[in-house]
Amino acid sequence: MSGRKIFAENFSDEAQTKEEFSPKILGSAEPLLRVQLLTKLYGTRIGCADVSFDLYPGEVMGIVGESGSGKSTLLSCLAGHMAPDAGSVVFQTKAGPRDTVTMSEPERRMLGRTDWAFVHQNPRDGLRMGVTAGGNVGERLMAVGARHYGGIRAKATDWLGRVEIAADRIDDRPSAFSGGMQQRLQIARNLVTGPRLVFMDEPTGGLDVSVQARLLDLLRGLVRQMGLSAIIVTHDLAVVRLLADRLMVMKSGRVVEQGLTDQVLDDPQHAYTQLLVSSVLQV
Amino acid sequence: MTAQEYNFAYLDEQTKRMIRRAILKGLAMPGYQVPFASREMPMPYGWGTGGVQVTAACLVPEDRLKVIDQGADDTTNAVSIRSFFQRTAGVAVTEATADATLIQTRHRIPEAALTEDQILVYQVPIPEPLRFIEPREVETRKMHALEDYGLMHVKLYEDIARHGQIATSYAYPVQVEGRYVMDPSPIPKFDNPKLSDSPAIQLFGAGREQRIYALPPYTKVVSLDFDDHPFVASKAEHDCDLCGSDASYLDEVIVDDSGGRMFVCSDTDYCGGRVALGHRGRLSPARAEDAA
Repeated sequence: MSGRKIFAENFSDEAQTKEEFSPKILGSAEPLLRVQLLTKLYGTRIGCADVSFDLYPGEVMGIVGESGSGKSTLLSCLAGHMAPDAGSVVFQTKAGPRDTVTMSEPERRMLGRTDWAFVHQNPRDGLRMGVTAGGNVGERLMAVGARHYGGIRAKATDWLGRVEIAADRIDDRPSAFSGGMQQRLQIARNLVTGPRLVFMDEPTGGLDVSVQARLLDLLRGLVRQMGLSAIIVTHDLAVVRLLADRLMVMKSGRVVEQGLTDQVLDDPQHAYTQLLVSSVLQV
Repeated sequence: MTAQEYNFAYLDEQTKRMIRRAILKGLAMPGYQVPFASREMPMPYGWGTGGVQVTAACLVPEDRLKVIDQGADDTTNAVSIRSFFQRTAGVAVTEATADATLIQTRHRIPEAALTEDQILVYQVPIPEPLRFIEPREVETRKMHALEDYGLMHVKLYEDIARHGQIATSYAYPVQVEGRYVMDPSPIPKFDNPKLSDSPAIQLFGAGREQRIYALPPYTKVVSLDFDDHPFVASKAEHDCDLCGSDASYLDEVIVDDSGGRMFVCSDTDYCGGRVALGHRGRLSPARAEDAA
């Protein structure tokens, strides 16, 4: 119990330091997402415990940690795919702040296809493999009421272009695409409705390094250009170094350290973070 | 012959009661698929076991039954179901749409307008309109509950992307009273407009899938489409070769080995009625005699 209390205190310290500089840097005092003491248990085992943080508009946050540290559980709880056992996830909707944990399922689904986006590690989980690329990109548009074929198609073409997929591939199915293209298609499909918050679960996992680099470049461009907020779960420190403003390190379901990315990576305080940073192979 | 060893209309009274409850629930929620405990019927699945159970639950001794298979009264499915109810219920049967009080149909809506005194029962193979694009039943039920119907338009989008137009020509998805998206059973999309605002009660039974759904009289039914690709109730661009009708749904029939074909009304009662009134088509026997 005392250990949990110390963690909680750490968070409040963090929150204070952040509130001091956030408004100046980002020009907005209202957090887009405020997570408080989020806990998910699998029976008696901990999925993630007492996670608290604020995410401000335009901010990209990385969550790193080893396999089984609760990163994906946390992300699923945040995105509403899984119901947490305790805690709150308050999202700044267009109508004001709402706790997405207690929100009704239809409202959460609506958020899931308008203001939120979720990029899966495996594009097969996020795409409809039997539907053409254009249909995949258009699905979210049609789900929110677009009923003009020409308009949907024009928007799909535009988005394929933005993720560097040739326009003449619009009527091909994703199964005819390479892994990198599938991942870019998944990103287009998610960003087409102009979400404000993107959840990404290992977006570069399973891709070779040159394709990874291109994808990261693309993601960084899109995030900056659209002013997106994003939460990126990964075990690849290079990815967070490149994309994330802030970093949260998880171990055994708990957050052991959080702060500015460069600060955490260059001057790790917690023993586990030090181990993690020193484990990266230098080329 | 009425086989006395069967209860009226084959099913026992408790089963009919259960089915009637499902029907009433379906009528209360137009377009909603009500699960029911479908019984084993003395015919194979796919032959209309769902429709037969709904018909059995609705029949009363005073009813006059008409059975249609693809518009025709004289094909295997129609003949066997009609004789089934003649044997087990002893009800009167007819081939004339206007005379029937209960019509069981497979894949067509009669051309003649229906009335408030009639019940139309459809045989449905797959009641779930979202099935082919979302295979998980748990997920499709959730989508219905949450009115999450974007996927239905993805199917139509795919049609246009591949074929240049909405190529779905039967089982064309509809939305009922702005709420449930429904599979109208495999009727041609030519019949879709007749679903809407019909004075007759329309009941849909899917035996294998164990679902019943319904449209009460005068229900608004809209076929899904895109603003720039509107729904078109299409039919073959011909007149009937027997009765000359240009307004009825046509079957194309190959008549010889050299590509000869004719178009005839799929609704045999409608076509026969017009011929009796003196209408003639391109290949009518009368014309042939004239030429000879």
